[in-house]
Amino acid sequence: MRILAIALNNLRRRKGRTLFQALGLLIGIAAVVTLVAVTTAMRADLEKKIDEFGSNLVIVPKANDLSLSYGGITLPNTAGAKYLREKDAALIRTIPDGESINVVAPKLLAPVEADARRLLMVGVLFPEELRAKKWWRLRGTKPTAPDQVIVGANAGSKLGVRPGSPIEVNGEKFQVAALLRPTGSSEDDLIFADLHRTQNLLGVPGKVSMIEVSAWCSSCPIERIVAQTAYVLPSAKVTAVKQAAAARKTTVDLVTKFSLGIAGAVLAVGALIVFTTMMASVSERTREIGVFRAIGFRKRHVMKIFFFEILLLSLLAGAAGFVVGTGGAQLLAPRLAGAAVSVRWDPLVAAGAIVLALVIGFGASWYPARRASQLDPVEALRSL
Amino acid sequence: MVDVEDRVGSLLELVHITKTYQGPEGGVSALDDVSIAIEEGDFAAVMGPSGSGKSTLLTILGAMNPPTSGKMYVDGIDVYGLSVERLADFRKRYLGFVFQQHQLIPYLTAAENVMLPLVICECDGSKRAMAERALERVGLAGMGGRLPNQLSGGEQGRVAIARAVVNEPVIVLADEPTGALDSQTGEEIMALFKQLNDDGHTIVMVTHNHENAAHAKRIVCLKDGRLPEAEEASPGAYCIK
Ligand SMILES: Nc1ncnc2c1ncn2[C@@H]1O[C@H](COP(=O)(O)OP(=O)(O)OP(=O)(O)O)[C@@H](O)[C@H]1O
Ligand SMILES: [Mg+2]
Repeated sequence: MRILAIALNNLRRRKGRTLFQALGLLIGIAAVVTLVAVTTAMRADLEKKIDEFGSNLVIVPKANDLSLSYGGITLPNTAGAKYLREKDAALIRTIPDGESINVVAPKLLAPVEADARRLLMVGVLFPEELRAKKWWRLRGTKPTAPDQVIVGANAGSKLGVRPGSPIEVNGEKFQVAALLRPTGSSEDDLIFADLHRTQNLLGVPGKVSMIEVSAWCSSCPIERIVAQTAYVLPSAKVTAVKQAAAARKTTVDLVTKFSLGIAGAVLAVGALIVFTTMMASVSERTREIGVFRAIGFRKRHVMKIFFFEILLLSLLAGAAGFVVGTGGAQLLAPRLAGAAVSVRWDPLVAAGAIVLALVIGFGASWYPARRASQLDPVEALRSL
Repeated sequence: MVDVEDRVGSLLELVHITKTYQGPEGGVSALDDVSIAIEEGDFAAVMGPSGSGKSTLLTILGAMNPPTSGKMYVDGIDVYGLSVERLADFRKRYLGFVFQQHQLIPYLTAAENVMLPLVICECDGSKRAMAERALERVGLAGMGGRLPNQLSGGEQGRVAIARAVVNEPVIVLADEPTGALDSQTGEEIMALFKQLNDDGHTIVMVTHNHENAAHAKRIVCLKDGRLPEAEEASPGAYCIK
């Protein structure tokens, strides 16, 4: 038998107390893991959103008469419309940072009369568009024929259409391939149709109103891409879109700070619980310690018993805290930060949880263990 | 730290030991100029009224209670000249304790309790086997797996004795080992001590019980922290009456 066995047997044969002792630490660690996991997931989600919205460029003709709005970007009025050429889209990929360009999605915007209502129709290249709009959720099928359209959620309910419904736009027949689930943006009010079909409908073949460009990453040199694009398209106005993501970042930063504060408080309480239970354990085990010392255990042997116990407890609490905390985060994150947020079982977080548990466990039981080791055996044995 | 004074005569010697505790109303004198020699193979019973300093004497013999003045020599070692940690090592090597109330560790089995002194020893051989042998010696063969609360008072006493002798200490110290037992069981425990003594262990035991004391080879009688004068003329007379 070794000293470790003494510690192990104490924990093993007094399960109730062991559990109580571990619980204080476990709850603290679990809370921290949950908060860290949720905020990390929110950050990851934000990065993804920045990829989706933030790093995009919008290219419009250098025109003046501003009146139409699309996705927060004001577009030239079609009346005095100048168009970009559809061919320009291909030029964008030729810029020096062309590697970073993910999707180039040219668009033609057209105010139309659909089933006797005025709506905005957007001619798009569906394969490009669907690649750029990763957040789109369709009810129905992807359009396969030129006269098939995707209808935004609000537009769909105004028109009273469902997937498969026929609609008439500017007197020509189209079919609804899919309805767009609500996105909360101006996309909800639009009808998306095939670019070339729309060009024919308006009688402007080869023309587009704008080109949306999405870059690969959240950290791409977006300003450089803007400059390079403006250079190859001198007649166009190139703008980077960031505002939405920036606003969201502020919120996430705030939540992170708040979470860190809470985590600190919870950990302090956990440390206090470890400290008090250890102190109680020392005084409860005074006679025991007296016996150990009388038998010839040195002070450090007695400390070792307590440290082995806290080592085992901390490992237990750290591991369990990680499991409970991550589980909690998986339940909480979607509720707090939207369905798209997912929490992974992160081995790095597991290691962090265990290290944190050890630091707090040892930090909080250093003094009690020292006290235990310094008990005078005669005094200890007298307290019968 | 071996004291090479010429003290090879006795195994253990207390020389002019005085112990004064600091109480709330000044010093409480527990022992006053006590000198005793214990020989190898001795079986001494320490007797005397309550408060006469028996436990104090035993803890001083136990190398865990430094006297206010005086010296203790064991094997020529000036015991209280040792540092605190060296004292612990000394206890480990020389002493076995049987505490009042047995003081078994509740979460360790009988065998594990017996093994406690071996946890810190640099002894070779199977510690478990040594513990089993010690349990056998006290008549508890095969009961090593039980926890203290699954043992009777007498059995707990036996485990405590097995723990005290498992590492073959030079001296076994016992403070009222039968105090919590009925007379029948107490008698069995005393027979065990007698057996240990016959096997060569030196034993110093505090007891209130005259029948127990009768097993001892000699009686050390304390009164108000002193050895009464009469003690010298006829040992134990004061306590036996
Ligand atoms: N730690 C202590 N602090 C103060 N006084 C003490 C301490 N230990 C013992 N005493 C006092 O010293 C005297 C001797 O005590 P001791 O415990 O040695 O007596 P005892 O003979 O063992 O008594 P009993 O038979 O009741 O166990 C008593 O007056 C006691 O109150
Ligand atoms: Mg006493």
